[in-house]
Amino acid sequence: MFGRLTWTAIPFDQPIPLAAGGVVGLVLACVLGLIVVKGWLPYLWREWITSVDHKRVGIMYTVLALVMLLRGFSDAILMRSQQALAFKAPGYLPPEHYDQVFSAHGTLMIFFVAMPFMIGMMNFVVPLQLGARDVAFPTLNSVSFWLTATGALLVNISLVVGEFSRTGWLPYPPLSELTYSPGVGPDYYLWALQISGVGTLMTGVNFVTTVLKVHAPGMTYMRMPMFCWTTLASSLLIVGAFPILTATLAMLILDRYLDFHFFTNDGGGNVMMFMNLIWAWGHPEVYILILPAFGIFSEVVSTFSRKPLFGYRSMVMATMVIFVLAFTVWLHHFFTMGAGADVNAIFGIMSMIIAVPTGVKVFNWLFTMYGGRVVYSTPMLFALGFMVTFVVGGMTGVLLAVPPADFVLHNSLFLVAHFHNVVIGGVLFGAFAGYNYWFPKAFGFRLHEGLGKASFWCWFVGFYVAFVPLYVVGLMGMTRRMQHYDVPAWHPWLLLAAVGALIILAGILLMVAQLYVSIRQRVALRDQSGDPWDGRSLEWATSSPPPAFNFAVLPNIEGEEPYWGVKECARKQMHLDNEPRYEEVEVPRNSPTGFVCAFFATFLGFALIWHIWWLAAVSTLGAAATFVAFAWRDRVEDIISAEEVGRIDRANRRARMEALTRMQTQAAE
Amino acid sequence: MSDLERLSDCHETDRAPGDQLRGEFSDGPKSYVIGLALASLLTVTSFYVSRTSLVWTPSIPVALSVLAVAQMGVHLVFFLHISSGPDSTNNVMALAFGILIVFLLIAGSLWIMSHLNHSMPPMEKVIQMQR
Repeated sequence: MFGRLTWTAIPFDQPIPLAAGGVVGLVLACVLGLIVVKGWLPYLWREWITSVDHKRVGIMYTVLALVMLLRGFSDAILMRSQQALAFKAPGYLPPEHYDQVFSAHGTLMIFFVAMPFMIGMMNFVVPLQLGARDVAFPTLNSVSFWLTATGALLVNISLVVGEFSRTGWLPYPPLSELTYSPGVGPDYYLWALQISGVGTLMTGVNFVTTVLKVHAPGMTYMRMPMFCWTTLASSLLIVGAFPILTATLAMLILDRYLDFHFFTNDGGGNVMMFMNLIWAWGHPEVYILILPAFGIFSEVVSTFSRKPLFGYRSMVMATMVIFVLAFTVWLHHFFTMGAGADVNAIFGIMSMIIAVPTGVKVFNWLFTMYGGRVVYSTPMLFALGFMVTFVVGGMTGVLLAVPPADFVLHNSLFLVAHFHNVVIGGVLFGAFAGYNYWFPKAFGFRLHEGLGKASFWCWFVGFYVAFVPLYVVGLMGMTRRMQHYDVPAWHPWLLLAAVGALIILAGILLMVAQLYVSIRQRVALRDQSGDPWDGRSLEWATSSPPPAFNFAVLPNIEGEEPYWGVKECARKQMHLDNEPRYEEVEVPRNSPTGFVCAFFATFLGFALIWHIWWLAAVSTLGAAATFVAFAWRDRVEDIISAEEVGRIDRANRRARMEALTRMQTQAAE
Repeated sequence: MSDLERLSDCHETDRAPGDQLRGEFSDGPKSYVIGLALASLLTVTSFYVSRTSLVWTPSIPVALSVLAVAQMGVHLVFFLHISSGPDSTNNVMALAFGILIVFLLIAGSLWIMSHLNHSMPPMEKVIQMQR
């Protein structure tokens, strides 16, 4: 009846996961209880869960990323404290648990923190910047989000029911094969990623289409803000790379479920084919994450330097060159696994070449700041912290791209320090910069500056204190994923790294405090004009938060930085354009398709993990039926009347006029 | 999807496959019929060539490859409407991108996999060492 699932699946003998699971369950129950008691459920269902509005979907992605960041970071604290304690001692995490912790940490941080954070930003910002009303396929967008949430849920279920993978964040065979991992751990990993991977692929398709096809009149390619370009490149990488991941994991699934021999040691399988394929996806994946961050920094640096982005065209070129080269460097992840000098040399050289366009970008940001009046707000601090940290990370990356050096450093903590250097210093700082920068647009009030700056400094200092020691012990020869060790020279460095993790913890707590305090002081922090940072691109032309239809009248774009041009004009003439003639607007109708599909997908994943075949069949049917029901719906759009559009837009115009008058009186004084 | 339609008015020159203007379909079936005829012809020819003695036997695989490539071309032109016209720039770019990625992945994998035993000692030596 329940396949492999029995009471023994719940780890009653292990207090740590059980307590953690208990606390999470308690918090979840409290939140759900509060929602039901307060009667928020209909509101949540109507306005959020079934919403296909790109802004709402983007916010939900970001919330998912922030929650998973807490979970992933608690794994990091476990690892750092274990390694601090486990000098000539077993520490407090037994090996089988420690292995799950580092596997879950990597999986969560890449797939359920970095990815949703970036996709959330893309969702919220790109249609606004393009002057569009929504993404190309709004309902598909909602399906993508809910499937990603399903993946995250499955990974977290593994905390209490069964176990998670012990094979690292990539399930390298033969360890991940049935012979060596007979449990459900790798199955949780595989199905969570297959299901969320479908969502990611659809997001890629959606955003390629959106950037290429859905924009305001006159928004030509060379007028698009930088973030739209990096979104396009990142989405194209998703479309190119994620099918490789899906196919590779599908082959591993066939090995584990149907006794195939793709990656087994015997029966004609080849383990190295897995390394080859997984990194053919894995390397583009790091650019999928970093390119949107580059876009965010471009927006932030230009806004807070009060200057147009320096070298816009070279920035576009650099982005597209990175996008193509991203597919030509994957072997550098396994230099040491047997390839000859020819192969290693070519891939080493390609890896160094890909650093060149990234260098171009760094110089462009520096020149954007040069001669500008730089405002050191929280997003700008994250951008500056990124520039310093990412250059260091890039340098150690070029070092690792030299094959002989890689033979010394492969799988050492030096490597671990390197990729945290680029992922925290690049992707996460980018996400935080974007979070602080666009928060007022999303909710209509700014985040508290003082606490934001404090959290930045904790993240920045904490990062260096936590990871510079790892570079050092890496050079001393410490390999990654060690549960215990007995080299006295390493111990002080690992203690220092644990202190660094605590400083980062302070940064996270300050971010939580920032959010809490900002909500409490939202009246004082209110963004009246819709343009709190004196922005340059179209998202600042509409009110904060934007209405469901984004723009009352689709803007007509006549040059780069369209909103800046309009604003300058208004400031010179001291009045806004004449009131446009409002027309009714069609917005895509909300649909529960995404949520219902994901509901069935969760059961499907769970059933496949535990071999509950009847449940798998029922859920597949349910998901398919949902799609049929969606395809047969009669109404696809809601209509917002011209009066309603006019009412909302007039309020926005009034706020802007007030801002303009305020400026005038200030100038007069 | 009406926003998409309205917005794409200004991009009249750049349409997605299946995105046809009203009235345009009048010459549609013709291209499908030609496509079907050509595709069937190529298929029949392939089956015929595979066991014929008309051509020199070792050249049969080459002939089959040529026919297969022609088949792909027919599908792209008549069924997927890839053309050199300005209205399918994006489609041609997407196709080129797909071919590039597939080429990089397959050629790269073949090269890498053929090279992976390069730094390994020969198998006999390993067996000897284990003795």
